[in-house]
Amino acid sequence: MISIPLGHYFELIITWMTDNWSVFFKGVENTVESLIDFFEMIFFLPHPYLMIAVFAGLAWWATGWRKYGLALFTVIGYLLIMGMGLWERTMQTLALVLVATFIALLVGVPVGIWSGRRDSVERVVRPILDFMQTMPAFVYLIPAVFFFSIGKVPGAVATVVFAMPPCVRLTTLGLKQVPHDVLEASDAFGCTPMQQLFKVQLPMALPSILAGVNQTIMLALSMVVIAALIGAGGLGAQVVRGVQQLRLGLGFESGIAIVVLAMYLDRITHALGSKSARKQKG
Amino acid sequence: MTDNKPVIEVRALYKIFGARTSEAKKMADAGSARPEILKKTGCVPAVVDASFSVHKRETFVIMGLSGSGKSTLLRLLNRLIEPTYGEVYVDGGDISGLNRDALREVRRKKFSMVFQHFGLLPHRNVLENVGFGLEIQGMGEEARREKSMQAVQVVGLDGYENSAVNELSGGMQQRVGLARALATDPEILLMDEAFSALDPLIRNQMQDELIELQARLHKTVVFITHDLDEALKLGDRIAIMKDGRIDQIGTPEGILTEPATDYVRAFVENVDRSKVLTAASVMKKTPTVSTHKDGPHQAVRNMEHENHSSIFVVDQDRKFLGLVTIDDAVKESKKGGRSLDSIIRGEIPTVEMNTVLRDVVPLASGSNLPIPVLKEDGTLAGIVTRAALLSALSAEGDAA
Repeated sequence: MISIPLGHYFELIITWMTDNWSVFFKGVENTVESLIDFFEMIFFLPHPYLMIAVFAGLAWWATGWRKYGLALFTVIGYLLIMGMGLWERTMQTLALVLVATFIALLVGVPVGIWSGRRDSVERVVRPILDFMQTMPAFVYLIPAVFFFSIGKVPGAVATVVFAMPPCVRLTTLGLKQVPHDVLEASDAFGCTPMQQLFKVQLPMALPSILAGVNQTIMLALSMVVIAALIGAGGLGAQVVRGVQQLRLGLGFESGIAIVVLAMYLDRITHALGSKSARKQKG
Repeated sequence: MTDNKPVIEVRALYKIFGARTSEAKKMADAGSARPEILKKTGCVPAVVDASFSVHKRETFVIMGLSGSGKSTLLRLLNRLIEPTYGEVYVDGGDISGLNRDALREVRRKKFSMVFQHFGLLPHRNVLENVGFGLEIQGMGEEARREKSMQAVQVVGLDGYENSAVNELSGGMQQRVGLARALATDPEILLMDEAFSALDPLIRNQMQDELIELQARLHKTVVFITHDLDEALKLGDRIAIMKDGRIDQIGTPEGILTEPATDYVRAFVENVDRSKVLTAASVMKKTPTVSTHKDGPHQAVRNMEHENHSSIFVVDQDRKFLGLVTIDDAVKESKKGGRSLDSIIRGEIPTVEMNTVLRDVVPLASGSNLPIPVLKEDGTLAGIVTRAALLSALSAEGDAA
């Protein structure tokens, strides 16, 4: 019987990386941390009522001025959160989700573009994405703690890893869905590769890319509770506390707050996506 | 219609898909068929030994069924597909050696392309689509707008410039495609089955408009089609392709009247010849009398000699005047008249050399007389008889 101590090798690699790449991880940690702090500051500083008005206004703009359902939902939903006394924690979670999404897009969209334009890249990227998506989310937490100890940063990093695949996949898909004759036309008129990317491929892939953004945000939110296990704070921490202390009401309240946040972000990105799709479909 | 300077010259051009191209080329040169080459070398010879030139202002049609290699051949001209062997000269310069930047420049300045499925950008409106080529060249927004508007007007889309392209019908979308191609004012238009995706009625209309446009703009057009009627209608010259090879290159009439291979012959059998063949191709010589030297007596003798009951009359420059009947000539000759002038019947229908037979038929059915064919200067070139007409229009009968 052969024995393959894969986990042992993995430990060795992670330990080696922790020892030797500490400067890099420190840099990442500082950057991510200040990003999160920055967003938290923006969300915390104004009075909650003002923030609710801003959120509702954003929703109104995204859905178009004729529809006010989402704006109304936003006001009611966030007032509920305020009433439950979860405003601060919700804003912490929102900041974490936005930063994680931002980083995931920053990496995911270019990777998606690259693999959409080159089949060889796609062949390498796809199994990595499969790995990222199917590996149980908890497993990311361990190396994240090794690299960044506990707190918001490892939570955000684990969230990025977990939430990035749909963004990459849907960007690639969007690029691949651009009809062959449109690409051929742009070649025939003498496009440079960059012109082709920015004037043809990206605009036509935009609805698909926005669908990827939506999926990334949703996955990031669903990771929030898990990330709370390593001290990411926010609503997730409340849920975890509710579970650990069997406090039914507390768990339910924070759960509802997460649902409100999720629906808000989903509807807004969805509205933006269909806005750009409408423009193309005519 | 054409002048002699070739704008595009293609020499021994090959496109062979696969790895063992030199082997495949040898087999193709030896005359092996595609399935055999594929089996032995794993290569597909899409275009084999194509050589032709396209002249300035000419509409050159490449016709073939699907799989004949015609679309590949078209794409070899601007290197959307890289040739395997052979050269393509555009305005005298070999484009097969150009690097990416130089090739891009050639594509921007000399070529434009129109696609079967339009290839428009759905996120842009009509005007922005039309201006695409100009935008790629880096033209400023103002100038681009102006030029795009001109192109929009040329194809008759004014009023639609701000419409979304997906709101337009197929025919209108292809007008956008055509306007986009014309906006950059290219020398050469490559049209890949440009009208094949349209309804028959719209297709016909677009063909007519292309002919009209071409009469005004004088582009050099390479047009791909699988539709022989379209080829015959649009082409100044037609190349017929089969299995990657060009079977015949010729004028529409040349291809109809002298098909070079069995394949071409089978192809042209079902064509509506009446739309293509002209009076000149079926006319015969005819005896005439001339007013300056022949009188009624001579006319009667000529008619008796030919066993005809009438004869055409020309003047001393062979300008067509009309005809005299044997009855009139006999009467006049008995009266002692010496001139034909008083008995010429002038009001007979005539046709020109390039009148297509479809337009000759109604004239022929309206009278028992042969139809006189006139040259541009009004001189008599010959006549079209009913028998010649019928034999030319029947598929088997090679035209007179």
